[in-house]
Amino acid sequence: MHHGKYRFVFSLLLVPVGLYAVFVISPYLQAFSIALTDWQGMTADSHFIGFDNFVKLFHDPVFWTALRHNVFLLVSIPLVIVSLSLFFSAMLNYQGGVPGSRIYKVVYFFPSVLSIAVVGVLWQFVFEPRNGLLNGFLQAVGLGDLKQIWLGDGKTALGSIMAVVVWGGVGFYVVLFTAAMSAIPRDLYEAALLDGAGPWQSFWRLTLPLIWGSVQVAIAYLVIGALDMFALVQVLSVGPGGPDDATQVISLYMYTNAFTYGNFGYAAAIGVALFAINLILTLLTFRLTRRERVEY
Amino acid sequence: MATLIDPARLRPATPEPEPEPHVRRTVGSVLLGGTSQGFVLIWGVMVVFPLLWALVSSFKSDPEIFKSPWGLPAVWHWDNFERAWNESHIGTYFLNSVIVVCCGVVLTLVLSSAVAYVLARFEFPGNRILYYVFVGGMVFPGFLALVPLFFVVQNLGLLNTYLGLILVYATHGMSFSVFFLTAFFRTQSKELAEAALVDGCSHWGVLFRIMLPLARPGLVSIGIFQFLGMWNEYLLPLVLNTDEQRYLVTQGLANIAVTQGYHSDFSGLFAGLTISILPVLAVYLVFHKQISTGMTAGALK
Repeated sequence: MHHGKYRFVFSLLLVPVGLYAVFVISPYLQAFSIALTDWQGMTADSHFIGFDNFVKLFHDPVFWTALRHNVFLLVSIPLVIVSLSLFFSAMLNYQGGVPGSRIYKVVYFFPSVLSIAVVGVLWQFVFEPRNGLLNGFLQAVGLGDLKQIWLGDGKTALGSIMAVVVWGGVGFYVVLFTAAMSAIPRDLYEAALLDGAGPWQSFWRLTLPLIWGSVQVAIAYLVIGALDMFALVQVLSVGPGGPDDATQVISLYMYTNAFTYGNFGYAAAIGVALFAINLILTLLTFRLTRRERVEY
Repeated sequence: MATLIDPARLRPATPEPEPEPHVRRTVGSVLLGGTSQGFVLIWGVMVVFPLLWALVSSFKSDPEIFKSPWGLPAVWHWDNFERAWNESHIGTYFLNSVIVVCCGVVLTLVLSSAVAYVLARFEFPGNRILYYVFVGGMVFPGFLALVPLFFVVQNLGLLNTYLGLILVYATHGMSFSVFFLTAFFRTQSKELAEAALVDGCSHWGVLFRIMLPLARPGLVSIGIFQFLGMWNEYLLPLVLNTDEQRYLVTQGLANIAVTQGYHSDFSGLFAGLTISILPVLAVYLVFHKQISTGMTAGALK
């Protein structure tokens, strides 16, 4: 019996674990060792250079520009998306839900099922300076002065890309938060109402603390997402990464280094740095947003 | 001691006329109800409008897109779709995506359910470690592995092949699937499996004739979830699949948009955009319940 069991376990695990080791575990492990070489890729010519790549990275102004943009995004994106999603969720959930709240939730979710690359192409048309939707709209409502070259101008490019992230992201978190909110027993709200709490107060004192776990997860997701940003920047920005590094982010810088310049050792070092930042920020997010867990 | 008293609890004690707050509340709530509907509607329009605009534009002629970006097309140009499908090769890209994603989803389901079933149902040395090796894959950003992954695939001779992409998609989908399915198999009754074993059913028989059929709802949820994820993947094909003949639909569309820019076939590009948006929206509208619960399940637990 036991013999048969182990043979069964082994034969079920053999192929999946083997493939997982080759395509997932080994690349992750190799990343760390490649980061310590000056490998240029195509030849086998690679030398161990210790932490030279990281020293070079530390003195690389483009890396710092990219990092600054990522930091800007990872503060502003969670702030804007979480606030908007909480607002819409509270509105949709208000007094048991506004009419049509189910349809709204389905519609809001649309961008979440689209490929980021496709969303990028769509917004390219929206931002197009001459015939794009946005400038056309501004013209039509008499705000023609506000027309911009959006993606072509270093001052507006990163903000424009951020707006696309917000457009695409809110729906997912509305669904997440409304699901969490609908789990809150109704009689708690009735009790709050009897105690004289207005809608505003019952949101801050009741709803938010009770769904804090979901908010925390949302912030962590968004912070990690803001560290990536590759697809949107690659599709939308001029260059990509431009104009003049105005939209440069770490992931794109790493991609360009590896697959345009062939600096694989250096690119792997950027990947390791990104991973370290990622790890620190995830831990920090959970630490900073920690609250007493409220049971109900 | 005073700090322990919640100010809200002191409220009823203060002599406040009873009807007054009640009236204020209803006025406030009517107002709030109205504005909330307004905001909620505006966001809905903001989400739908660009999509609708792209859809309508894909039926226009090129000059029409420039001259009347807001109106409906005078003639509905179905030929835009034909051109996008054939000349811009969106059709080929679409079929490439279908092949890679369907095989990827099936393979990741097969691999993950084998692992998840073993992890959930059998005690053996290293069970916990194996579980964390799989689940740990979720916390590592894909970017870390990108450069070495390229060389792993290259060394196996699988660059620019369907098989290479399928294997990479399937294995990279395993972390979440194993996590999800292990939890699913754990909830299934052990008694049923043991009864079948006593009745002379083999371990394989238990797996294929009892456990997998019972796990169908879980497999469907994770399958839809993986389908959307793989269909929308952009970075992996960009790196591992550089042969234009084998481009996937996201990659192909982005490539057309980036290389052609705003110069040539505007309407064809809109048609291509519509072709790549509609199937996913259709899948979503059919399965929207499972998809939103599936996608948010991980976050809510």
